[in-house]
Amino acid sequence: MAYVVQRPELTLKEKAYLPSIISGLKITFGHFKKMLKGETKVTMQYPEEKWDAELPEYYRGAPTLVKDEHDRERCVACQLCEFICPPRAITITPEEIPADSRFAKVEKRPAEFKIDMIRCIYCGMCEEVCPEQAIYLRKDYAINGVTREEMVHDKKKLYELGGVFKGLVHKWNPEK
Amino acid sequence: MISLLASIPWEMLIWSLAKAVFVIFLVVLPLVSYTVYAERRVSAAIQDRVGPNRTGFPTTLLGFKKDLQLFLGGLGQPVADALKFILKEDFTPGGVKQFYFWLAPCLAMLPLVSLAFIPFGSSFLGEKMVIADVNVSVLGVFAVTGCGVYAIVLAGWASNSKYPFLGGIRSSSQMIAYELSMGLSIIPVLMLFGGMKLSDLVQYQADNGWLLLPLWGGGLSAERWLMLLPLAISFIVFTISVFAETNRLPFDMPESETELVAGYHTEYSSMKFALFFLGEYAAMIVGSSLIVVFFFGGWSLPFIPDGQGHAATFFQNIFGDFYALLPDWFWGLANITVFFGKVALVLVFFIWVRWTLPRFRFDQLMKIGWLYLFEIALVNIFLTAAILAFTSK
Repeated sequence: MAYVVQRPELTLKEKAYLPSIISGLKITFGHFKKMLKGETKVTMQYPEEKWDAELPEYYRGAPTLVKDEHDRERCVACQLCEFICPPRAITITPEEIPADSRFAKVEKRPAEFKIDMIRCIYCGMCEEVCPEQAIYLRKDYAINGVTREEMVHDKKKLYELGGVFKGLVHKWNPEK
Repeated sequence: MISLLASIPWEMLIWSLAKAVFVIFLVVLPLVSYTVYAERRVSAAIQDRVGPNRTGFPTTLLGFKKDLQLFLGGLGQPVADALKFILKEDFTPGGVKQFYFWLAPCLAMLPLVSLAFIPFGSSFLGEKMVIADVNVSVLGVFAVTGCGVYAIVLAGWASNSKYPFLGGIRSSSQMIAYELSMGLSIIPVLMLFGGMKLSDLVQYQADNGWLLLPLWGGGLSAERWLMLLPLAISFIVFTISVFAETNRLPFDMPESETELVAGYHTEYSSMKFALFFLGEYAAMIVGSSLIVVFFFGGWSLPFIPDGQGHAATFFQNIFGDFYALLPDWFWGLANITVFFGKVALVLVFFIWVRWTLPRFRFDQLMKIGWLYLFEIALVNIFLTAAILAFTSK
């Protein structure tokens, strides 16, 4: 049997329309009043208020390079991150570590390590792929500059942002 | 030659010019731009948002460390808006009818002309605070506001594009429909008052109680209290018609975004668009000042005297000595402030309604205009006539 849609019978009050307008006005005025009293929860006012303290552990900010506790660059210039990087933001120039260096056994290190922050999409694949755990996505999110050159992070800047990462590399850490 | 120069009423001309400049450039245009600001802030508050609260006055340009933020924040927004509109590219699409395409935005500012007839204050330094104090100012106002439709129709037609065209058509039919009920709804007021001079109408309300608040002077008669019913009806009909005339929601058919892109000003950019935008708000200001003048006593507040220091008899007897303490020009200024304060309140009401109601369907709009408001306004006239005939014995 066909289903017949019942059309509601409007009462005179509903037909007159004005009472429902007034109840609508009451609702919007309620919202207005709440806002004036400051009871409404509104957007964070960004530059004045920041969320930095509540950033979660897994937050993916700017990629950075880290050194270990012996002030050795963890990066061994294997270039895996360069190859995995989807937007090809990373450019590494490898060099051999001189024989007289304390870390000569490591063999390779980056002569220059550049990340173009205009290209970077903060995907974190570099961090994931790095066998030496030398590259980490830190919590810096306000990366800016006036020229394109400024937006390319070189090795110095990357170590500056990354700092020192102490302890074992995770894959050599039996607890992880 | 000298006799010709002497025959020109210089004093009147200079006063009119001064008043026109004061009203248009110092009060109404700032009021227009701040209505836009208020619209954005109030709509934001109603929708639980913050709204524009950043733009200050750019004192950084003068070497200060921070932009000047007055108590509310974002008060520099209208200035920034205007700058943006001026700096944008003024694009004229191909195939438009150039002359009318340019004419339409100019006509959109036409509602400002009808401000000439509206008394915005009692008197100041002995001069009546109305630019053109003519005997038929009611007719004048309606004649000028009626021309407002030309801007929209010409814009829609000259744009040579289907959506503006549809917007223009809708607007013309809407305005014609609501012009009728608007004109008819005001007739009870004129019947009661017995004249068409707006400045006298306001003076009458100052002495005898506002039309919707007959609490002092001649307003305490049975006639005026009986008249409250038809006056309330004509107030409601008039307000609804003003909403329709100024293309405000819930009657913003000419530019219903969901259906017509942006309506009649789709093809306009830069300052030409800004003129339409401002014209809409100027029309709102004219509409609300009409509501204030007709129903809420214009510049009068019961306990504030007019520019000569006279209040209604009742208040004069109580506060008369106090009125004499302050100079007349002070009370003149107070009246002007009261008028624009009332207008601002009505404008807030306009904004409030806009962010409450959804848009009518076009056939519903026509039905309300032709089948309800028109008839109600017509019957209201007879009701008023009956009450006046009954009470005048």
